[in-house]
Amino acid sequence: MAAAASLAKARSIVTMKHVGLNVAADPLMTLSYLGVEGGLVACVADDPGMHSSQNEQDTRHYARLAKVPLFEPSDSQEARDLMLLAMEISEEYRTPAILRSTTRVSHSRSLVDLGERKPAGRRIGFVKNPPRYVPIPVWGRVMRRDVEERMGRLVRAAEASSANWMEWRDRSLGIVTSSIAYQYVREVWPDASVLKLGFSYPFPDSLFLEFASQVDSVLVVEELDPILEEHVRSLGIACRGGDVVPKVGELSPDQLLLARMRMEGRKPAMDAGQMALPPRPAVLCPGCPHRGIFYVLGQLDVVVTGDIGCYSLGAFKPLDRMDTILCMGAGISMAQGLEKAGDPRKVVGIVGDSTFFHSGITGLLDIAYNRGGSTILVLDNRTTAMTGHQENPGTGRTLMGDVSVPISIEAIGSACGIERVRTVDPYDLEAVSVAVREEVEAFAPSLIVARAPCPLKERRRLGAVRVVDEDACKGCRICIRLACPAIEWLGETARINPLLCMGCGLCQGICPAGAIAPQEVDS
Amino acid sequence: MSLEDVQSVVLVGVGGQGILLASEVLAQAAVLSGHRVKTNEVHGMAQRGGSVVAQIRWGQKVYSPLVASGTARVLGSLEQIEALRYAHYLAPNGLAVVSAQAIMPMTVSTGEAIYPKDVPGLLKRSFSRLIYLDAAQAALDLGEIRAANMVVLGAVSTGLDIAIEDWRDAIVASVKERFVEINLRAFEAGRSFS
Repeated sequence: MAAAASLAKARSIVTMKHVGLNVAADPLMTLSYLGVEGGLVACVADDPGMHSSQNEQDTRHYARLAKVPLFEPSDSQEARDLMLLAMEISEEYRTPAILRSTTRVSHSRSLVDLGERKPAGRRIGFVKNPPRYVPIPVWGRVMRRDVEERMGRLVRAAEASSANWMEWRDRSLGIVTSSIAYQYVREVWPDASVLKLGFSYPFPDSLFLEFASQVDSVLVVEELDPILEEHVRSLGIACRGGDVVPKVGELSPDQLLLARMRMEGRKPAMDAGQMALPPRPAVLCPGCPHRGIFYVLGQLDVVVTGDIGCYSLGAFKPLDRMDTILCMGAGISMAQGLEKAGDPRKVVGIVGDSTFFHSGITGLLDIAYNRGGSTILVLDNRTTAMTGHQENPGTGRTLMGDVSVPISIEAIGSACGIERVRTVDPYDLEAVSVAVREEVEAFAPSLIVARAPCPLKERRRLGAVRVVDEDACKGCRICIRLACPAIEWLGETARINPLLCMGCGLCQGICPAGAIAPQEVDS
Repeated sequence: MSLEDVQSVVLVGVGGQGILLASEVLAQAAVLSGHRVKTNEVHGMAQRGGSVVAQIRWGQKVYSPLVASGTARVLGSLEQIEALRYAHYLAPNGLAVVSAQAIMPMTVSTGEAIYPKDVPGLLKRSFSRLIYLDAAQAALDLGEIRAANMVVLGAVSTGLDIAIEDWRDAIVASVKERFVEINLRAFEAGRSFS
């Protein structure tokens, strides 16, 4: 969409995570050939440290692969400044650009001086020009050569850019760095000279050479892959980098202090060691409609292929009911793959509503058309919960908040050719159990939509707060298997934290001793 | 150039306890007191009942949004063992403000891990300057359990050089209008625990 908007001369920004760029890589690679009319910047957020992502890929590789300019802000102010620069470079050189953020740039806040907003004052309209916009070989080969020529001009732009600068202090050590690493470098090596790159690809070779010639030794500090380091070495510049700075996980002042000690041959003081504390992983919220689904699946001998969203938390103990996670949409397509491979067990694929719309439909079509037998469970909580309750095509509102047509998951299932489509209330464990068992046994593909809104979004209780009658509690711990954060184990009996309980009543339904009941409200 | 005048605070707790709002108020107060500020927190997975840490740094010029170990002037915790988990951030002479709440992690309920015994004793041994308070009870006494974060922040404020007017203005700026009064009272209650 952004590509087409750009061809119509509109400026466009398209935002995604690192893994999102894998999905958008196909258009990006060829858009680089077509070039742009209005500026186009892909704002891509990497997640070093994998705080909430399934991998730690480094988006900088994509800039090189797609042959497009790359900008790397190191704080909020630069995020604003470099976005503007990226947009201008994109337009001037008629190329898409990438603005790469990392965890601590994305998740930090600092004061930003805003500029004046300038109206673009341009006429939007697509002008037909097949040799520019249709990369069939005869024209595509011309575009290909133009890309290389553009890269040459972009090198000179990067070398002259005010986003790249040298800070001269003590010249015994010069540090080449970009992104958030710059901020850490300034604290850990306050006396070192620095080559700071904000417009970091194509590589501004003359800057590396000039900088290296004026310092006694060079250190490259970058987060994730040794992209700058390898290039600096390729210019014949001896440097240190990945031998002292970690290449896995995110950097921090602490990590770099250790790196500095390693470089200087100093031994870090032995830490007294942290006392053993119980880990506190994230859990499904109290009242979450996904909880009962995993509880029921825990009673079945099936393989569960999972997907990306809050429901990934169903992989943790005690629910422990998600066997694979790969990428968005894989909950569905991997179910089909396991079945085709001949796995003797039945397979249940799980996907959320938002992920279903995003990348589940093609897989579902594949299952139906190729006569698969998998059972696909859509956990439809009427929102995109994990990332902060964004709208999706099922909610009936656009991301801009405008009213739209809610798209029916069931109707999509039917349209894909799935004949067994049913809807269940995820709080009705009996109904869920019956539906899943029947569909798993059926020799046909089926789609079960478990629908209930996310209570965290609705911000209201589902029912009365539940309490445990400690005299009646037999200590069987069955309620603990629900992985509800409101239910605490006191050693011999369970207790429900009334501040956390959302009143979904699942625990009351499964307690064999009948020890859980709604709290009586004082009149 | 000296980084000594950069102040760092680390606020920790369990997802849902209001760490992020407390962090916002503190950042706002630091801005109002005339400083450049950087804050950092991780959302997403961390919000779902997991361990949450927010970092706030301010001064004439702040580079890193992350706090280096052993440099935080104050560590504020809304849950007692979370204070122990992030104790390494605190400077040797730093102040720890710890609420007496004990929230069982899922790993304890399932039997995979054990919640430490005698947490008050562990806290006393871990922190030379400690304010150990029951922020949840103090907030409940005021009629709003969710204001426990402001009680802790009030106690945190006693270890920082930010004027009371800036704190008040920051709360007014950061909190929905109908909750301003209760949050101001909770903050005041927190200041009395010094």
